[in-house]
Amino acid sequence: MVHGEIWTLKELFVTPNEYIYWSIQIVMYPFMTGLVAGAFVLSSLYHVFGVKQLKEMARFALVFSFALLFAAPMPIILHLQHPLRGINVIMTSHFTSAIAAFGIVFFSYGAIVASELWFLYRKHFVEIALPLKEKQDKNLLEWMKYLVFCALTLGVYDISEESLKKDEKAIKVLAGVGIPVACFLHGYAGFIFGSVKANALWMTPLMPVIFIMSAIVSGIALCMLTYIATMEIRKFLASRRKAQSPFYQSKEEIKSVEINVIKMTAKYLLLFMIFAISLELLDLIFRGYTAVKSWDVLRSVIYGKDFASIFILQYGIGNLLPFILFLLPNLTLRRAVIGVLLVLFGVFMMRWNVVIGGQAFSLTFAGYMHYQLPIIPHDWETFKEGLGGAVGIFVMPFVLFWLISKIFPVFSNTESH
Amino acid sequence: MKSHLLRPVYVVLGIIAAILIFRMLYVPKDFGVHERGYMYGWYRKGNEQEWKAVSIKYMTTEYCKDCHADKISMITKTPHAVIPCENCHGPAREHPSDPPKLSIDKSRNQCLRCHYPLPYPTSGRANIRGIDPEKHNPDIECAMCHNPHKPGLGG
Amino acid sequence: MFSRREFLKNTIKGAAGLALPLTALELITPEMILALKQDSAKTRWVFLIDTYKCVGCGFCVKACKTENEIPYDANVTRTWVERYVVTKDGRLYADSPKGARDGFTTNKIDLGLGNYKDIKKEEINKAFFVPKLCNQCENPPCVQVCPVGATYQTADGVVLVDRKWCIGCGYCIMACPYGVRFFHPVYNTAEKCNFCYHRISKGMKTACVEACPFGARKIGNIKDPNDPVTVTILTERVSVLKSEYGTKPQVYYIGLSEEVR
Repeated sequence: MVHGEIWTLKELFVTPNEYIYWSIQIVMYPFMTGLVAGAFVLSSLYHVFGVKQLKEMARFALVFSFALLFAAPMPIILHLQHPLRGINVIMTSHFTSAIAAFGIVFFSYGAIVASELWFLYRKHFVEIALPLKEKQDKNLLEWMKYLVFCALTLGVYDISEESLKKDEKAIKVLAGVGIPVACFLHGYAGFIFGSVKANALWMTPLMPVIFIMSAIVSGIALCMLTYIATMEIRKFLASRRKAQSPFYQSKEEIKSVEINVIKMTAKYLLLFMIFAISLELLDLIFRGYTAVKSWDVLRSVIYGKDFASIFILQYGIGNLLPFILFLLPNLTLRRAVIGVLLVLFGVFMMRWNVVIGGQAFSLTFAGYMHYQLPIIPHDWETFKEGLGGAVGIFVMPFVLFWLISKIFPVFSNTESH
Repeated sequence: MKSHLLRPVYVVLGIIAAILIFRMLYVPKDFGVHERGYMYGWYRKGNEQEWKAVSIKYMTTEYCKDCHADKISMITKTPHAVIPCENCHGPAREHPSDPPKLSIDKSRNQCLRCHYPLPYPTSGRANIRGIDPEKHNPDIECAMCHNPHKPGLGG
Repeated sequence: MFSRREFLKNTIKGAAGLALPLTALELITPEMILALKQDSAKTRWVFLIDTYKCVGCGFCVKACKTENEIPYDANVTRTWVERYVVTKDGRLYADSPKGARDGFTTNKIDLGLGNYKDIKKEEINKAFFVPKLCNQCENPPCVQVCPVGATYQTADGVVLVDRKWCIGCGYCIMACPYGVRFFHPVYNTAEKCNFCYHRISKGMKTACVEACPFGARKIGNIKDPNDPVTVTILTERVSVLKSEYGTKPQVYYIGLSEEVR
C-alpha cells in the first residue's frame, strides 16, 4: 500500500500520485506550536508590558509553554517517513526551505524560554540545593535531588537582593526578545503552507499572520483551561486542609482570585479572536472577489464539500458561540470552561480546514480527494497518523507539564507550609 | 564579582559547540554546494553515482537483433515494426545469461492497449483498427489466430 | 571533494545569504540569459512530447515501472498518461486509471469512487492522450523546499532524490505543481521521474522513450543545436505545462490543449 492511499478517496479527475500526504499529524503540528507561541505571548504580556492582572497567569503560562515546547516537534517526528533522520534538518539545513528554519528557530526559542525560567526559578533552586549540601547523611534520592538542583543552579548561589533585581531585568529583556521569536516560530509554520505555490488554498501572504493570531487565541485558551483545572485541584486540597488549620487560604479566597484572572485573560482572548477572524474573512472575501483560475474548485470545496466543517464547526461552534459566551455579562467559571474548550476546538478545526482542506482538491482543479481519519488502527502507520496518535500528542504536554512543575513549582504558596 | 547573567549564554554556547562537533562527524564529506548553487545544488555529491549505478533492464531492439535477426526481419515488414521487442517479451536485462528465458505477455489486454477501438479525433488512436473484446472471440488469446510478428489472419 | 572546513564555510554562506535568495534582488539582463545558455555545462536534458502521436497504449508506463523498480501493483508511478474527452455539451471528462499502466482498454471514463461514464462516439467533440512525467524544471520548487538537501538538480538539469538522506516529510510532494512526486512504497522516501538518469548518463534513451512505438516521446539535449529535439523546440510551436508557476518546466509539448491541467 502506498503511503496516503489508505485514508484517501479520489473523486473525478485526480492524477495517479496525488494522495492526502499531509494528514492528521500535520494538523496537530501547527496546532501545538500555536499553543506554545500563544502561551509565551500571554506570559510576556505581564513581564514586558506589565499587565499586572496577568501576574498569576504569567508564571504559569511560561512553564506551560516550556512543556508544550517539547511536545511541539512530536507531530513532525510521527509524521516523518524516516523519523530517525529528522536530525538532518539541523545537520544539513537547507534554508531556502521553510521547514529548515525549524531547527534554529525552535532551538533559539527553547533557549530563551529556558533562560527565562532559570532566572525566574534560580532562587528556588538555590534554596533547595543549599540545605541538601549541608545535610550530612543523604540517602540516594536526596543525592539525586541534590545533584539535579546543583546542576540547575549553574554554579550560581548568589541570591542577594541585588542579584535578584538583575534577574528581573534579564527576564524582562528575554520576554521582550521572546515575543518576536515566538511569533516567528509560529509565523514560519504559517509560511510553510503560505509559500506552497502549487497549492491554491494555501498560497497567500496572509497565512503566517492568520496563523500567529489564531495561535495566540489557542495559547490563551489552553492556559485558561489548565489554570482553571489546576485551581480546581487546589480548591479541593484547600477545603481539606482548611479543616486542619486556619492558616491556609480558604476555598473562597482562591476562587475570587481565580475568577478575576479568568475575566482579565478572557478580554485578551476576545481581542486576538477578533484579529484572527477578521484576517480569515478578509482572505476568503479576497479570493472570491479576485476569483482567479483556482476559485471555481476552491468555491466548490469551501461552500460545498467542506461547508459543514468550515462554517458550522469552525466559525459557528468554534468562534461565534464562544464569542457570545464570553461577551454575556457575569462570566462564570463554568461558562469560561465551555468557552475555552470551544475556542480550542475552533482553532483545531481551522488547522484541519487548512491542512486537509488544502488537499481536498486535485492539482487538476477537476477532481477531489476525501480524507478518512483512521480511527481504529491496524498497524503502526494508521496508529501514528490516526486518532490515537493525535490524542497522544494532545495529552503529551499535560503529562510534561506535570513532570516539569516538579522542578518549577508553578504556584508559589503550594510549597509553603 | 562576575555577573551571573551570562551563565545561560555559556550553556547555550556549549550546546551549539556540541551540535557543531557532532555535525562534523555525521555529515558526509561530499555534502555541500555544487554546480547549481545553494538553492538547487545543496546535496551529497556521491548520490549522483548511486543513481547512475542503477541497473538497466530494457536493452532495446539493438540488443536483440544479433541473435534473433529472423524474427526482426519478419516483423519489420509489418505495421508492428514500430513495437520494440521488449514491450511484449519483457525486459532483456542480461538475457540469455540472466534471465535465460523471457516471459512473453500474450494477454488480450496487451493487444487491446492499441486495438481497443477509441475513435478519438486528433489522436493517433483513431487510426488503429480495433475490435470489440466482448464480441470478438472473447475466450481465446489473440495469438491463437494472429501472429504478432505477422499480424493478419493465419500469419 | 569538499573538506569539512569548506563545508562549514558553504553552510555559513548559505545561511547568511540565501534564506533570501540574492538572485531575487538582481535585475535580469539579456547578458545574463546569454551567459546562462553558454554556461560551462555541455548538457541540459529536455523532453519533447507529441500529443497527436500518443495513442494511450501505456507501454511507457509499464516500461518505466519495471526499469525504475517501482512496485508494479502500487498505485503510484513516475510517468503516466492522461485521457481527455471533451463532449459536445462542452463538458470535460478526464482520467488516468492506474496511471494508464495497462493502457486505455475501455471507453468508460473512470470518475472515481467506483463510478464510470460511458461516452458514445457521437457525443465527442475532441479527445486525446497526454503523457506526463517530471518536468525537470529550471527552477524546481520541490528542490527549493527540501529542508535537508536530499533533492537537488544536477549540472545537466535533472532533479534527483537522495534516498539515504531524505527524511520523508513530504514537503517536496506538496510543492510540485505537476503531481509527479510520491513516496516510494519500499524505501519510503520521496520518489520521482529522473529521465532514467542511469540510462541517459550512459548515452541511452529513457525506458519510456524506447518503449513508445509511435515516437510520441523524445529526449534531447537543448545545449546541442543539432539535436532534433532542440531543433523542434526552437523552430516549431511548442508549449509547457502550468508556466504560470514560474518553474520553467523543461518538458515541451506539441498539440497541448487548453483543457490539459
